[in-house]
Amino acid sequence: MSAPALPARPSSLAARLRWTAADGLTLVGRELGRLRQEPGELIAALIFPAVMVVLFGYVFGSAITVPGGGNYREYLMPGLFVMVSFTSVMAVTMRVATDASRGVMDRFRAMPMARSAVPFGQAGADLLNGVLALVIMAATGLVVGWRAHRGLWPTAEAFLLLVLLRHALSWAGCFLGLVVRNEQTADQFVPLVFPVTMLSNSFVPTGGMPGWLRAVADWNPVSAATAACRQLFGNPGAPAAHTDLAWPLAHPVAATLLWSIALTAVFAPLSVRTFHRRGR
Amino acid sequence: MPDEPIVSAEALHKRYGGTKALDGLDLAVAPGTVCGLLGPNGAGKTTAVRILATLADADSGRARVAGHDVAAEPDRVRAAIGLAGQYAAVDEKLTGRGNLRMFGRLYHLPRREARRRADELLERFGLMEAADRQVQGYSGGMRRRLDLITSLILRPRVLFLDEPTTGLDPRSRGEIWDAVRGLVADGTTVLLTTQYLDEADRLADDVVVIDHGRVIAGGTPDELKASIGDRLDVALADPADAGEAARVLAGLAGAHPDLDGARLTVPLTRGAVRLADVVRELDRAGVAAEDVGLRRPTLDEVFLRLTGRDADPAADPAADAAADADQHADQPGRRKETVR
Repeated sequence: MSAPALPARPSSLAARLRWTAADGLTLVGRELGRLRQEPGELIAALIFPAVMVVLFGYVFGSAITVPGGGNYREYLMPGLFVMVSFTSVMAVTMRVATDASRGVMDRFRAMPMARSAVPFGQAGADLLNGVLALVIMAATGLVVGWRAHRGLWPTAEAFLLLVLLRHALSWAGCFLGLVVRNEQTADQFVPLVFPVTMLSNSFVPTGGMPGWLRAVADWNPVSAATAACRQLFGNPGAPAAHTDLAWPLAHPVAATLLWSIALTAVFAPLSVRTFHRRGR
Repeated sequence: MPDEPIVSAEALHKRYGGTKALDGLDLAVAPGTVCGLLGPNGAGKTTAVRILATLADADSGRARVAGHDVAAEPDRVRAAIGLAGQYAAVDEKLTGRGNLRMFGRLYHLPRREARRRADELLERFGLMEAADRQVQGYSGGMRRRLDLITSLILRPRVLFLDEPTTGLDPRSRGEIWDAVRGLVADGTTVLLTTQYLDEADRLADDVVVIDHGRVIAGGTPDELKASIGDRLDVALADPADAGEAARVLAGLAGAHPDLDGARLTVPLTRGAVRLADVVRELDRAGVAAEDVGLRRPTLDEVFLRLTGRDADPAADPAADAAADADQHADQPGRRKETVR
């Protein structure tokens, strides 16, 4: 039996970055391999957005009027785009916690891999799912009458913003998964992400909420991202310039960018550090 | 000292909160040998392996693996080791082949080489038939074998096996043992932790017994057995004679016999008592013995003597039912003949 030798570890910075990128890509490929093995999971992931559109668009939407007029489903879609982006926290937390509790993380740690490859790979693998979910969500939206009204560039900008936010959130998920290290625990607390996405302007305007709740909802990154999408898609409910709004809602694109940068800046280094902590 | 040890540890200390996991552990493993690390639950076996495999840092002390300090040059150590654990550390959602290819790529093998190596290992370890099935459908033994061969992609110089057969049925254990023997024949050094003493007896060249985070005994299995003396076994025709037989044996051996049904066992210093005397004394006392025999102690008995505790993992609430049942079914201490 001929065992291959480990290629020499590169010394230059550029070569090391290539190693890291290659490891990250291998882990993204792992995600593709899983999807191929579990088409059921993929189908469930694809049905979810459609169910959300029907549930919120037609069940709740039948009793909600959009302030300033407009189709509720057009009002709703930006909120749903943001909501599916937030599911990355749960997905990545679960994936990382499962790897940690099954010993897969230990195997990665005991291999001569690039330092940050595993966290990057985990967060990167989620982008794959994220883009897919957005595509399905957009297709479902188009079917039920949602449109982007402002042309190609603002539409692309909105989707890029959603992908960026999702990636930032997947770093938070990666960190949570590494801290929890137990898939059962992760399984129990991930549903808490849902209330966070509801406590916002996604489904109803925040104007009718009690003052304290409204303040929370207005500063929720979900609200900023939803407002940004409404603005960029030209959907009803977009913040009007003259009204008295909380800062994130008056400048939703900037606020969403800032949230994304802040989340990544905090959780990416934390994740890499936690992954490499050799205490236990 | 023929060879520089390939795994060595000096005065390793490690504390988790208020618990001392390692309390000055010393270890030296010669290249090309199998070292069995034995100890009761919580003795520090897994902690020692985690430190040597660069997964945890020691609070103090030094450890070297394959010529490199584990704390100073973890990447060089990682390039030389393999680690297989009591959990099947593979992706359950992927196929066996998919796992091997992925880990091969993570070792930076070229794609074609990773594929070739995956097939080679699957073939050699009898997993080719299951290669394209998801791991979550594998039996416990198949998973463990896949976990093991995933550690072999680069043929490590040192392989750490943390309880590789816990919870496996006897046949699967035999398969893992065969695999380990094959590796050692190819020159790999193995550090094995186990709760099954017959596993250490069959696989290990040297055994190190640890308790409370430090080494309490070491040597070849034979040396360890010799250190506690032989055993005299007496099987009675009628269990009702046990009291009388115990009195006779205690008088001859100077120690109180253990009683298990109609069987008595008493430790002997070698050469102190002649078998013929035992038979005659029992006869004189009117005790009918079906069988009287002298034998080497089992590693279980050595272990029990050294640690004051049973090696039985049933005492550990975390040990699952399968491991439990398996342990009892396979308890080697009841055998008359020791293996080896």
